[in-house]
Amino acid sequence: MLKASKGILALGSAIAGLFVALAAIAQDVPPDVLVKNVTLEVIDIVSKDKDIQSGNQKKIVDLVEAKVLPHFNFTAMTRLAVATNWDKSTAEQKKQLTEEFKTLLVRTYSSALTTYRDQKFDFRPLRAKPTDTDVTVQVRIAQSGREPVMLEYDMEKTPSGWKAYDVRVAGVSLVVNYRTEFANEIRTSGIDGLIKGLAAKNKGPVVVKAEKK
Amino acid sequence: MALSAGCATTNGDSRDPFEGFNRTMYGFNQAVDEAVVKPVSKAYKEALPELVQTGVRNFFSNLADIFIGVNNLLQGKVIDAANDGMRFALNTTIGGLGVLDWASEMGLEKHNEDFGQTFGRWGVSDGPYIVWPLLGSSTVRDSVGEVFDIRVDPVRNHEPIVARNAMYLTRVVSKRADLLDASRILEEAALDKYVFTRDSYLQRRRSLIFDGSPPREFPRAANPGPTGAAEVPGNRETVLSASAQGELQNVEGK
Repeated sequence: MLKASKGILALGSAIAGLFVALAAIAQDVPPDVLVKNVTLEVIDIVSKDKDIQSGNQKKIVDLVEAKVLPHFNFTAMTRLAVATNWDKSTAEQKKQLTEEFKTLLVRTYSSALTTYRDQKFDFRPLRAKPTDTDVTVQVRIAQSGREPVMLEYDMEKTPSGWKAYDVRVAGVSLVVNYRTEFANEIRTSGIDGLIKGLAAKNKGPVVVKAEKK
Repeated sequence: MALSAGCATTNGDSRDPFEGFNRTMYGFNQAVDEAVVKPVSKAYKEALPELVQTGVRNFFSNLADIFIGVNNLLQGKVIDAANDGMRFALNTTIGGLGVLDWASEMGLEKHNEDFGQTFGRWGVSDGPYIVWPLLGSSTVRDSVGEVFDIRVDPVRNHEPIVARNAMYLTRVVSKRADLLDASRILEEAALDKYVFTRDSYLQRRRSLIFDGSPPREFPRAANPGPTGAAEVPGNRETVLSASAQGELQNVEGK
């Protein structure tokens, strides 16, 4: 009995050790490698999953939440988008804003993922010094007869690895776009009005692309 | 009447002094799109094989390469201009009048240039944002650019008129079909589609003028830094809001 519990304890500490090791690995993965690994993994899952291809919203959102979400710093993103009004928000409002904005971004990302899964990705070499703690990772998507689309992730180094705090698609920054939208909403209906607006938008169905034919 | 209704939702954005008028035009364009352009483009996309759609897209893209090259030259980018000239020569000949984009396969990259971008490169600022009926988002500078773009458009000078008009229509449908996915994502992302479309347009143009690497919209210092200020809203918070404030004033001062 005592032996068994000792065994469990040993196993427990081994698992704990493993998690520490994994956390250390996550932290050491360079940002460009991280983006590449996550992108390829997610695209691979999507290309093999018939449910996702036929437009199963819940499964797509779950996938994004499990694989993509941990690599974003949503508090930083929300703070940048809310800009000067962030300081005027209470702790509870900040929490709600971050939560609703996160949901909206996950939905948008899920919608984009089902659309652009068949593309050729070109992961650009990282142009940064090893000591940099704030970098931009670029991924180019090639398209026939059109100039390539550039996806850019602004990322910062944190104790739990590199986290993205803005995404630019073809030069359009999500944070900058939402900054105007949020400022307008707050001017007309206040911070609580913005939270309500976001929540209402998040209640609608996710627009995903189902397989052609 | 409709105009005054539009004015009611004006937000006083200095980049968009005609917001009331623009919103009305945006609404008009959306209605035309929903009623005619979008359904036709959807049908086009569903009916034609992917290969044919790519051929049509490539054909018009090839015609555009001539003046993309001219604009690169006007901006002093000689190598890019040579690249565009080579693209046109190659694709027009071995690419079968541009239907096949061999140049891209051979590493001659497609560029995106127009007269509006050239003026921007020369230092002309955007000017107020304008939404034109049917043509959509623009600015004063880009509208002047578009007048030039339209004048030199190879399709415009094509005879007979019937063939020219057929080409115009095909080009519009082909372009709209390519945007069907993007417009669905816009639907998902935007709280106010007018604002989202406008800001995307302005950011996109800015990025294009600088060929994809414009000066940063907010300085790197604006982000909370490596220690994850998420958990500890201490002094970092003040640093951020100070720089965020500066940034906002920058935008408004433009």
